Amino acid sequence: MSTETLPRPFDVDAGWRLHPQVSIRPERFGALLYHFGTRRLSFLKSPTLLDVVRALDSQPSARTACLAAGVAAAEIPTYTRALATLAQSSMICEWTGE
Amino acid sequence: MTALATPGPGVGSLVDQFQLGLDAPICLTWELTYACNLSCVHCLSSSGRRDPRELSTAECKAVIDELERMQVFYVNIGGGEPTVRPDFWELVDYATEHHVGVKFSTNGVKITPEVARRLAASDYVDVQISLDGASAEVNDAVRGSGSYATALRAMHNLADAGFTGFKISVVMTRHNIAQLDEFQAIADRFDAQLRITRLRPSGRGADVWDELHPTAAQQRELYDWLCAGGEQVLTGDSFFHLSGYGEALPGLNLCGAGRVVCLIDPVGDDYACPFAIHDNFLAGNVRDAGGFTTVWRESELFTELRRPQSGGACTSCSAFDSCRGGCMAAKFFTGLPLDGPDPECVKGNADAALLDVAAGTAPKPSADHSRARSRPVPVPVSIGLRPVQRAAPERACDENPLAGFAPSPAG
Ligand code: SF4
Ligand code: SF4
Repeated sequence: MSTETLPRPFDVDAGWRLHPQVSIRPERFGALLYHFGTRRLSFLKSPTLLDVVRALDSQPSARTACLAAGVAAAEIPTYTRALATLAQSSMICEWTGE
Repeated sequence: MTALATPGPGVGSLVDQFQLGLDAPICLTWELTYACNLSCVHCLSSSGRRDPRELSTAECKAVIDELERMQVFYVNIGGGEPTVRPDFWELVDYATEHHVGVKFSTNGVKITPEVARRLAASDYVDVQISLDGASAEVNDAVRGSGSYATALRAMHNLADAGFTGFKISVVMTRHNIAQLDEFQAIADRFDAQLRITRLRPSGRGADVWDELHPTAAQQRELYDWLCAGGEQVLTGDSFFHLSGYGEALPGLNLCGAGRVVCLIDPVGDDYACPFAIHDNFLAGNVRDAGGFTTVWRESELFTELRRPQSGGACTSCSAFDSCRGGCMAAKFFTGLPLDGPDPECVKGNADAALLDVAAGTAPKPSADHSRARSRPVPVPVSIGLRPVQRAAPERACDENPLAGFAPSPAG
């Protein structure tokens, strides 16, 4: 089920989208994400990360999504790592802009 | 399998969060019927006969509507044998159309080639075939004559239909721990995934507990087997009571009962955990005003379970952080106090207390749907020690916290 995972570094300046088969359930600590295709669950352990993930769809890049969600520039690497994990499990996918 | 995205301080550990409960369960088991074509000696729900008060098709659909509103991503459907309900496929379709994924457990009796093809075509349905022995001898002693052949036929049909990655679900007993490698071989043969879980003294499991639960040496063997290898074995995190042997097994080590775990039984009763069918753990019924949502969010029992619990005698144990005193249901049905050690405590700390439980005084399940006719009695099978190879667990009790996911630290 993880065959599509590419061993590529996460590109924070690329456009990213929530995978169409993923649902978000907000919770007190942040949110739960569930991927209906891979049947995997992920946890977003902060409300800010949830804001970042929600901003992805309307932002040209992961970096601008972070900024739009109020992440300080210095904290972007931390959020990049979290997004990379989500990309690895196909919770978010690179948007090629077709 | 679970990505744990973790930037930013301030929310405490996920286990802490889960202990406080969530807005909706993560691991919801729904037993659709107590009717079953088999009479396994260790059946956790004492199934056999259909209960006349069973939820109707319309009532089941109303439950699914609620689960959709609560964003319960998927349910683990079981029984009984769920596929003997005439409206089973209708309910599966209804659930998946309403964004509630389905994983169902079956003994395989209805998995014909045609059904297998249907299942293979759906992304939203996962199947788990129960098998409690890697040979007909061991399996049928527990699950009844012919059940091994039935399960294998179902696996063949699924594999032939191109359904890869279905689950083969094994309850670990004294008679099959020596077969761990053979179970893995069966899973590999069908391109399936092995899932092993803990036997609990629940339902009819209480009657056979003394004969079937693993010996201390076997628990150690199992732990070593889990630690030794691969990442591909699912455990439902159900063996977290073994963490006292050394490093904690991966996963969220926590009893999720009433916090992230819940059971809806065939008549709509809502229990804290599928292994805790007893009035003490009954929180309400989906037919109550406010439905399942209110039971989950507001019932007295679940509210109580989400309060910080006392670890009792376990608090001073070096393994407490990962073991946390083990399984609530296992303690309850062996007559032990809930705030003390698990009956299978690997440090032997329950042994004295177990001797004090007078024969016949441990609580009995509140619902027994066993058929009156005699059940198979487990026959002793010789046990041989086997070289340990292979396989680490995935994480998370299907029963317990989290089915099918594994937090891996991110960030
Ligand atoms: S004493 Fe309690 S916490 Fe320690 S290993 Fe035994 S059951 Fe687990
Ligand atoms: S630890 Fe036992 S009581 Fe708790 S959720 Fe798992 S099976 Fe249920």
